[in-house]
Amino acid sequence: MYFIRRLLYAVPLLLGISLLAFFLVHLAPGGPFDRERRPASPEIERNIKAKYHLDEPVWKQYGRYLNGIVHGDFGPSLKYRNHSVTDIIVQGLPVSMTLGGIAFCFAIGAGIPLGFITAARRGRWPDYLGSLLAVLAVCVPSFVLAPALILGLTLKLKLFPVGLWESPWHMILPSVALGSFFVGQVARILREAMLTAAQSEFVTAARAKGLDETTLLLKHVLRIALLPVVSYAGPMLADLLTGSFIVESIFQIPGIGVCLVNSSLNLDYPVIVGLSLLYAILLIGLNLLVDLAYTLLDPRVKYE
Amino acid sequence: MMFQQRVRRLCRRTRFLFAAAGCLLAAACGHRDAPADLTIVNSAEPESLDPAIVTAESDMRIVAGIFEGLTRQEPVAARPVPGLAERWDISPDGKTYTFHLRTNLTWSTGEPLTSADVMYSWLRELNPATASDYAGQLFYLKNGQAYNAGKITDPAQVGIHALDPFTIRVELDHPTLFFLDLCAMPLTSVVPRQAIEKYGDRWLNARPLPVSGPYTVDFWRLNDRVRLRKNHQYWDAPNTRSEIIDFLPVGSPNTALNLFDRGQADIVWDKELIPSELVDVLLRRPDFHSYPYLGTYFIRFNVTRKPFDDPRVRQALALAIDKDRIVHKITRAGEKPTASLVPAGTANYASPTGLGYDPQRARQLLAEAGFPGGNGFPRFEYLFDSGAGGKKLHEDIGVELQQMWHNELGIQMDLREVETQVFWGMLSRVDFTVARSSWIADYNDANTFLSMFMTGDGNNETGWSNKRYDELVHQANETTDPAVRQKDFQQAESILIQDELPIVPLYIYVGINYFDTNKVTGIWENLVDEHPLGSIQKLRP
Repeated sequence: MYFIRRLLYAVPLLLGISLLAFFLVHLAPGGPFDRERRPASPEIERNIKAKYHLDEPVWKQYGRYLNGIVHGDFGPSLKYRNHSVTDIIVQGLPVSMTLGGIAFCFAIGAGIPLGFITAARRGRWPDYLGSLLAVLAVCVPSFVLAPALILGLTLKLKLFPVGLWESPWHMILPSVALGSFFVGQVARILREAMLTAAQSEFVTAARAKGLDETTLLLKHVLRIALLPVVSYAGPMLADLLTGSFIVESIFQIPGIGVCLVNSSLNLDYPVIVGLSLLYAILLIGLNLLVDLAYTLLDPRVKYE
Repeated sequence: MMFQQRVRRLCRRTRFLFAAAGCLLAAACGHRDAPADLTIVNSAEPESLDPAIVTAESDMRIVAGIFEGLTRQEPVAARPVPGLAERWDISPDGKTYTFHLRTNLTWSTGEPLTSADVMYSWLRELNPATASDYAGQLFYLKNGQAYNAGKITDPAQVGIHALDPFTIRVELDHPTLFFLDLCAMPLTSVVPRQAIEKYGDRWLNARPLPVSGPYTVDFWRLNDRVRLRKNHQYWDAPNTRSEIIDFLPVGSPNTALNLFDRGQADIVWDKELIPSELVDVLLRRPDFHSYPYLGTYFIRFNVTRKPFDDPRVRQALALAIDKDRIVHKITRAGEKPTASLVPAGTANYASPTGLGYDPQRARQLLAEAGFPGGNGFPRFEYLFDSGAGGKKLHEDIGVELQQMWHNELGIQMDLREVETQVFWGMLSRVDFTVARSSWIADYNDANTFLSMFMTGDGNNETGWSNKRYDELVHQANETTDPAVRQKDFQQAESILIQDELPIVPLYIYVGINYFDTNKVTGIWENLVDEHPLGSIQKLRP
């Protein structure tokens, strides 16, 4: 019941987002067809505007847009005139999702063991080393890490290709560049959460009952400490799946992140609004999933 | 012991994560394409491959390999030679062209290609419903502009007629000396009616795509690549050297260089794709080639704003620019400083000498205009756009000008950077005081540079208007005598760059591409930086 209500709330929210995005992009100075070479006559400009209904009042264009969406048509791209917004999403999203999915697995798969070890060996060398790694992963931005990886592993050691999206071999470096920040974040969140959980009374009680340290950490402390990681994982997944402009452009990957940034630079109205809606849907959906995961992990959480 | 068991169990529990990663990888490598014979880093993602829509030079380089017109460019100097038309007759007044098509032409899908297809393509270009940006290139046709503006609706009144399946007569308003060049441009190339009428705006997604040129589109994945495959039905197919060509859409100069150095690309051929901080080093490498190019970098004044309405002020600012410094300190790729708008090397034309570097005279002129030592000169803004690929060229030039004008003339200028789209909008509304500009030749003729400063031309963008200038350019385009034409153009240009100066030319561009001449053949350095795809070939080791 609760989840159905949440889904229903999403409808006006999406409508609001589309309205805001649509009117905001039309407020931006310049237009999609302003370019270096102006057409030879004003009639040419008029023809182009008429073709894409840019000569109509904005509210009328918005109505036309909503009507299109109801019929499953998100409109044409004004910059890439042979492609529709749907084409752009259908071609770019799977690529970004694949890359984001691998980066997500990397973030969880490396972040949780790292966080666990630093917490379990607190104050000893594995903690210092692991924490240093985590801090480095968080601090070094992808626009530094990605070129460094290319320079070292690709151009010097010739282990990996520079970029492009062809084989699994091509996916490793971009996934690392994209995921490393989240490895650090996950490790740090888990470490903090485990240290806090270790001070709870139920842990003291379990310890007093004679439970050995490893069981205690793995079975009780880790489970509680995973909750903040899970709530972080939702937005993290949304962030990763929707692509990254920086990583995609450095590694020449045909994802959706590049499209979003370029569409705003090009003032490609239908693409900006379409992608904003897509992002909103992904965020709403993933947050809902996180709430669901909560009920599974923590028996204390229940939704009415 | 206990700990290891626990860890093992944890691993078992999380194996779904690894399985998921594995599945993703497997899914991702499901589609692997056969390697291409030739991989070219072109420029950013093509806006379109439709000859009626493309405007960017880089997009036209691909389109020219897919659709052919009545003429085509030969690969050495990029001059027009017979394409779909094997010969033509020109009337003595230069206003009527009769083209004779080859009789063995077919679409890549096998249907015959005739004069009706040429008619359809040109009228489609002019049709207002097509909304073609570059329709203006067919305004030289009789009634071309009127048809595009919707003033006449009967296509029979437009100056193109099919006399029989292999003969086309074209009527022009004026003798247009560069008309055969226009016939080689993508916008006049022949496009497939059968696919366009069936698929509408998405016709380029038709597979197989009927094409008239040496290559057809195998696939086109946004931001990934455009793959072309040899069209064996093309009339000159035996001379098409490569079977499969990939075009990679790369906007970043660093990525382009890395792909090239790692061997993932054979050719990089856009002047924007050279990392500016490495220019000096790269140009010393044997696989980097830089050569003169028909493009000019210049600055525009808004002559409707005070004090730039006074030609003496504009002259003073021009005389105070040390252009050598700009090309040696900033651009550094062999660009030539220039005082004229039309680049050296343009066919049948030599520019008059413009204004050189003379700060003494500049100060004098500024004093005459009422601003001795820059006193009383209002602060003004220099407008430029943020360059593509994080390049700072426009800003660097702005900073240099700011300093020169301050040191030599004592005037204060502020720099204002705006986004590209906003920049073009402000330029077209003439909403600036001084702005950076450039122009790349559409065809190898002085007219492409000089006609844009005629009164009312969409690309004038300075507010400048000069009756005598208009007359001279008009007169030049009415004559068929190249010598008379050159004289008229020269007089017009001297008004532009010596007397009036609504613009100050700074330097002539160079074309830059990189490829290993031992591995790739069929590319020649030419003034318009055009390299027809048919002749390019990668040598097998």
